[in-house]
Parts: sequence; C-alpha cells; structure tokens
Amino acid sequence: MASTIAAPRSRRSGRSSRTNVELYAWLFMRVSGLLLVVLVLGHLLVNLVLGEGIKGVDFAFVAGKWSSPFWQVWDLLLLWLAQLHGTNGLRTIINDYAEHDQTRFWLKMLLYTASVVVIVVGTLTIFTFDPCIDPASTLPICTK
Amino acid sequence: MPQAPAGTLSRGREGMWSWVAHRVTGVLVFFFLFAHVLDTALVRVSPETYNTVIATYKNPIVGLMEVGLVAAVVFHAFNGIRVVLIDFWARGPRVQRQMLWAVVGLWVVVMVPFTVRHLISVFGE
Repeated sequence: MASTIAAPRSRRSGRSSRTNVELYAWLFMRVSGLLLVVLVLGHLLVNLVLGEGIKGVDFAFVAGKWSSPFWQVWDLLLLWLAQLHGTNGLRTIINDYAEHDQTRFWLKMLLYTASVVVIVVGTLTIFTFDPCIDPASTLPICTK
Repeated sequence: MPQAPAGTLSRGREGMWSWVAHRVTGVLVFFFLFAHVLDTALVRVSPETYNTVIATYKNPIVGLMEVGLVAAVVFHAFNGIRVVLIDFWARGPRVQRQMLWAVVGLWVVVMVPFTVRHLISVFGE
C-alpha cells in the first residue's frame, strides 16, 4: 500500500530518488516563471489594454502581429514556457492528490497528451500562419 | 494553564493561504491556456471561422470572466516572484508575510485600472 510509512532515516527505496529530475523541475518553475511574468503581462498589455483592447481582437489583429517575427518569437516562447510550466504544475498537483497508482498514472498520461497536442498545434499555428488568406487584408505584405 | 486542543484541521496562516491561492490560480490559467491555444488555431481554418468564434466571446459575461482570468494571472505572477524571493533571497523567508501584502497591494494597483479599462471596452460601444 502507498500509505505504508517507512521507519525514520531508513534508506529511500528504489526509483525517483536517484536522479536530479525533481531539482531541475523545481529550478525550471522559477526560471520560466520569471520569464513568463514579462511574456504574459506584455501579451495582456498589447492585446487587452493598448489600442482598442478586447474589441480590437479579430483575424486582422492576429495577422498584424504574426506578420512580424518579433511577435512570432514572443508568442512561441510564451506558448512553450507557459505550457511546460503549467504541465509541471499540474503534474505536482496530481502527485499530491491522486492516491492510487493507476489514477495517478492515467491522469499524468492525459496531462502529457494534452500538453503535446497544445504545443504541436500552437507551434504549427504560429509558423504556418498566412496573414494573406484574408482577401480584405490591408497589410503591406499582402497588397504588393 | 493547559489549553484544549484546537482540532486537527490546519487553518494555516498567510503562507498557507497564498500557497492555496497559487495552486488554484495556476490550475485556472492552465485550463484557459488549453482553450486559448485551440481557439487561436482557428486562424488556420479561415478568417471567418476565427472571427465568428471570437465574436461569441465579446459579451458582458465573458468580459467579466476575462477580468477574473487576468486577476488570477496577475496574482500568480506577483506571488510567483515572491516564491522566487523566498527561495533565493537570504532575507526572503523572514519577510515572506510582508512580501505577501506587497503582492496583494501591487495586485490591487494593477487590477483596479485594468478592470476599469476592460469593462469600459466590454460595456461601452
């Protein structure tokens, strides 16, 4: 049973204590977290506060941003760091609250599958995006 | 003078509640991110599809949910900086409670103008 408590100071048995994975995960949360403060607050400022705010968000707005490599890189970093940060956060929460080995395993499989889908779909969206599929586009790269 | 035991439920203090709030806001933002990436992917389908879906978000109910989402993101960001300072700054653990009040103060300073700006956009024309 998972609820067996080992005697104090006995050697930890078996897996997961031999590598530094948890240390790197802990460090990644701090480093990515600090970068995400800038990336997320910048994203919210540009999309929700400046200009027309939420009213201005439509295809033309996205096309305007993603015709610039600066915003492509910004959003790519935001996507990867946020998804990995969130995945590791949820992994920690699953480990804390899901008591049965099977439940924990399948919840984490579901989590990792969802994360791969989000990262792949998001990355493809940023890099295969064509701002000129809108015939009404007034962007310089689409009108020449 | 012996006191009666207070029970076994930990009611914690600021440190525990900020930890709870950090988890709750983190989970909330995670699920939003999932939806946000998938709906943004609709720009690859067609401009009309994307605009149609985004238009369904442009109403007062979703507008208020957006304020809640930003409130969660901003708390998580500021409290995350506090967590980093507790872990890496020598004086951090000793001033963790004061730093939480700084987090709450900064959160109010950011959220009040944001809420005004966003709701003018949502409820105005």
